[in-house]
Amino acid sequence: MGILEVKNVGKRFGGLQALGDVNLSVKENTVHAIIGPNGAGKSTLLNCLVGKLIPDTGSVMFDGQSVLGRKPYEINQMGISRVFQTPEIFGDLSVLENMLIPCFAKRDGAFSLNAITSVPSEKDVLEKAEAMLEEMNMADKRHMHAASMSRGDKRRLEIGMCLSQEPRLLLLDEPTAGMARADTNNTIDLLKEIKEQRDITIAIIEHDMHVVFSLADRITVLAQGTPLVEDDPQNIRGNPKVREAYLGESA
Amino acid sequence: MFGLDNKDTRLLLVVAVLTLCAPFILNPFPTDSAMAQFNAGYPDLMQRFVIFGIFAIGFNILFGLTGYLSFGHAAFLGVGSYSAVWMFKLLSMNVVPAILLSVVISGLFALLIGFVSLRRSGIYFSILTLAFAQMSFNLAYSVLTPITNGETGLQLTLDDPRVLGVSATADGSIPVTNLFGMEMRSTFEMALGPWAFQFNAGYYLCALILLAAFYLSIRIFRSPFGMMLRAVKSNQQRMNYTGLNTKPYTLAAFVISGMYAGLAGGLMASMDPLAGAERMQWTASGEVVLMTILGGAGTLIGPVLGAGFIKYFENIFSKINDHVLHSWFSFMPDGLEDFVVFIIHPFIGKGWHLTLGILFMLVVVFLPGGLVEGGQRIAKWVKGRKNKDDSASATKTPAE
Repeated sequence: MGILEVKNVGKRFGGLQALGDVNLSVKENTVHAIIGPNGAGKSTLLNCLVGKLIPDTGSVMFDGQSVLGRKPYEINQMGISRVFQTPEIFGDLSVLENMLIPCFAKRDGAFSLNAITSVPSEKDVLEKAEAMLEEMNMADKRHMHAASMSRGDKRRLEIGMCLSQEPRLLLLDEPTAGMARADTNNTIDLLKEIKEQRDITIAIIEHDMHVVFSLADRITVLAQGTPLVEDDPQNIRGNPKVREAYLGESA
Repeated sequence: MFGLDNKDTRLLLVVAVLTLCAPFILNPFPTDSAMAQFNAGYPDLMQRFVIFGIFAIGFNILFGLTGYLSFGHAAFLGVGSYSAVWMFKLLSMNVVPAILLSVVISGLFALLIGFVSLRRSGIYFSILTLAFAQMSFNLAYSVLTPITNGETGLQLTLDDPRVLGVSATADGSIPVTNLFGMEMRSTFEMALGPWAFQFNAGYYLCALILLAAFYLSIRIFRSPFGMMLRAVKSNQQRMNYTGLNTKPYTLAAFVISGMYAGLAGGLMASMDPLAGAERMQWTASGEVVLMTILGGAGTLIGPVLGAGFIKYFENIFSKINDHVLHSWFSFMPDGLEDFVVFIIHPFIGKGWHLTLGILFMLVVVFLPGGLVEGGQRIAKWVKGRKNKDDSASATKTPAE
């Protein structure tokens, strides 16, 4: 039994069957990659996991509890954090404030009318945020305007923000999309480090095979809304079905 | 001090000095001089400065922090005024219960309007608040006449019950508003040579409440709650996926700013115990938006500056008439004098809105951060010049 159990999930947009009948089980403390050609339904599946979309059929269980019908913030409070394809950070705030917000969310919950204490007096949260910035090698940037950082740094910050919530499951949506090679490699190294040092399950959606094969313990290939195969990376590489899905029948 | 860092403490002290010394600062010209009409240090106007300052500070907590632009905040001001006047009619002429009730009622009213309006964001939110405010205005004007006294406005009468006070004073007139016996209208005049300074009890009550309101707003700006509100403005998507529910945050900000508006309305009625529906009209809502943007939305001191600026224009510029202009330009030859007066005429008196509009456009185009940004640029420029002088002299020294 995995930490995330997706059973018979289907989602239809008008005439388009985006997800047919998806079954997926993500084991605890593994990196599970979901790959597939464009339009395979990867992002739709991810959106069903975090509460952005509600599937028409099936069930999604996280740690024995259903996530269906819950709001994104409730699902996050259950222990699922999401990293977006384009980094979603608080661009108008400083890097340190970006890190403080998830730390407050972790400590105080979805809402707290904490209007009288000042931020500098919240020592425990401040220390935690500073420590996470240290870990992400961003301590020197703490007073920078988050929007003015490079794409790679924004990604790093976003991952750090998610980690500071101590999630049990980290969802990554094409974390290296649109990145230069060097930034991609940095991100891979960072994710490897996270995988080794923390008790965390990672589900990753990715186009870049280099990224997938450097990180994944297990791979699910989606095609046209249904899982084609699920296997270990070395078996996926040579699988004719996968080649066909990616390159077309003629190949 | 007071749980603030040094910079904020300094700001609070500056505001404290400015408001408490306002009777001097706003009366720089001797009473008989030609410039005396630019004096703004009379109680009525000073009260308006601080009351609208409170209104704008509260508006800024919503607009400056969360970015939600409400176009209906005057409704809360009006509700505050009506509540206060009812307190004067039914309970007593003491301003404390009146002000408390106006804050509570406008807070409840804001909770209701905010709950509905905050289901949408951006322009739809603005339109919803505008619609609610116009509805309130029209209700106050017609349907709710038993409560609001319609277009005449709600006034005190000699047969009001005033349970804890008297319906009429011994000489048969309506009692005046007071703070535990201290009359709000009582004014102490100090003549100092050709100058005359007026110290009004009502003004000082408003000024102290402004300081408390300003202090509270600094605390909110610097708190985790304030940071969350700025995060709402920056990226709601990230908020939701960081386990934060944005709705109660925006609603709390909306209610707090509605209570500030109610406080301003209550104070307005405490200074002059009447309330009319026109206080809730959309132009009044637009005015507080102008004040906040003109001063600098999202800054601490900006809204207070903006409120002062606009109220000064409204009251001082509108009083300049052709006669005054002729007296200023009398040194010119007749034809030229008439021509200059003719050119300036549309911008003064009743045309002060035109001047204000032009200034507003200039500020928004050239100083998007409002008057505060203007101040910062001047400070930077002065500092830069000083540094340049320093470095220039520093490079010279070794050569000598």
